[in-house]
Amino acid sequence: MAEFNLPQNSRLTEGKAWPKPAGAKKVTEFKVYRWNPDDTANPRTDTYYVDREDCGPMVLDALIWIKNKVDPTLTFRRSCREGICGSCAMNMDGKNGLACTTGIDECGSKGKVAIYPLPHMPVVKDLVPDLTRFYAQHASIEPWLKTTTPAPEKEWSQAKDDREKLDGLYECILCACCSTSCPSYWWNGDRYLGPAALLQAYRWLIDSRDEATGERLDDLEDPFRLYRCHTIMNCANACPKGLNPAKAIAEVKKMMVARQV
Amino acid sequence: MAEVKPAARPLSPHLQIYRWSWTMAMSVAHRATGAALYGGTLLVAFWLVAAASGPAAYDTAQAIAGSVLGRLVLFGYTFVLLHHMVGGLRHFVWDMGHGYDPQTRMNLAKFSGLVSGVLTLLVWIAAYALR
Repeated sequence: MAEFNLPQNSRLTEGKAWPKPAGAKKVTEFKVYRWNPDDTANPRTDTYYVDREDCGPMVLDALIWIKNKVDPTLTFRRSCREGICGSCAMNMDGKNGLACTTGIDECGSKGKVAIYPLPHMPVVKDLVPDLTRFYAQHASIEPWLKTTTPAPEKEWSQAKDDREKLDGLYECILCACCSTSCPSYWWNGDRYLGPAALLQAYRWLIDSRDEATGERLDDLEDPFRLYRCHTIMNCANACPKGLNPAKAIAEVKKMMVARQV
Repeated sequence: MAEVKPAARPLSPHLQIYRWSWTMAMSVAHRATGAALYGGTLLVAFWLVAAASGPAAYDTAQAIAGSVLGRLVLFGYTFVLLHHMVGGLRHFVWDMGHGYDPQTRMNLAKFSGLVSGVLTLLVWIAAYALR
């Protein structure tokens, strides 16, 4: 049964308001989720003021600016700063995305920028969620080429139009924006694989070189693993790479029907 | 050495902070109307039982259904039924693998709300016109 409320230890409290930068002309307010495993306090939201003339245009620029100039204890993951590593996935202005490819000015729907970790995940610290289960689910779909025929002398060849079927699937960077935007994954994340893992499952199901299609479908034929997708579409709305996990899941469901008839 | 027990990890906020979209709202509405239809089916059962029980019971049921409050409930039931039907058609389109691009999926969600409202009004206009 879905639990809509946060558990007692996860309820938010009002945090600290950090001082405004002296002499700054253009200032944007940031409300950022904080939680420290080293004390027993509940999570809180701290308020920071960022000098926009001293800071780059992206949300990640602002977070780095805060960490360098205001509060070195602010914790978040980041690496490539160009939307390919997926490390800085978080919830900004109510929507999941990558902090490095989301502009600060895209996040002003409430006059300030609200930043939370990816939703409905255990928090390691501040904006860092624990993705252990998410990665385990990806591993469970066995994301590698499986064949029974003897390996060819050179590479496994693939026709151009078969290769094109992987476009829109192979680009996934496993940032977890989609899965953690999905209410079905929030309520049943322990049994439902979620959009990211299912998009990858489809990527191998329609790979013309893969010879384990039947076994892969058998593994997904389950009321929870696949069929908890109710086409809510938050996944496709959230994906920072513009992919469409909802459509990939629909294609898997179609394959399930097609093999019955 | 003393073991340091780490604090239990909190759950990050979800429903509390996630921005609503049309597809998300209409999915919730589909679920809610589906649940409400259980109540609607009870109304139909009540009416059938009354009809099977004889003229007096049937007249009572008709009087309740025809009262202002009764009509309001029936109007609501019509909307819930049609909303769930249109939502079902929307999900059917999606389950066939169509209507997934960003603009189409939002429009499908938005317009299914609008269409179910218009259909409800049409049913009631027709009902009053045919009386």
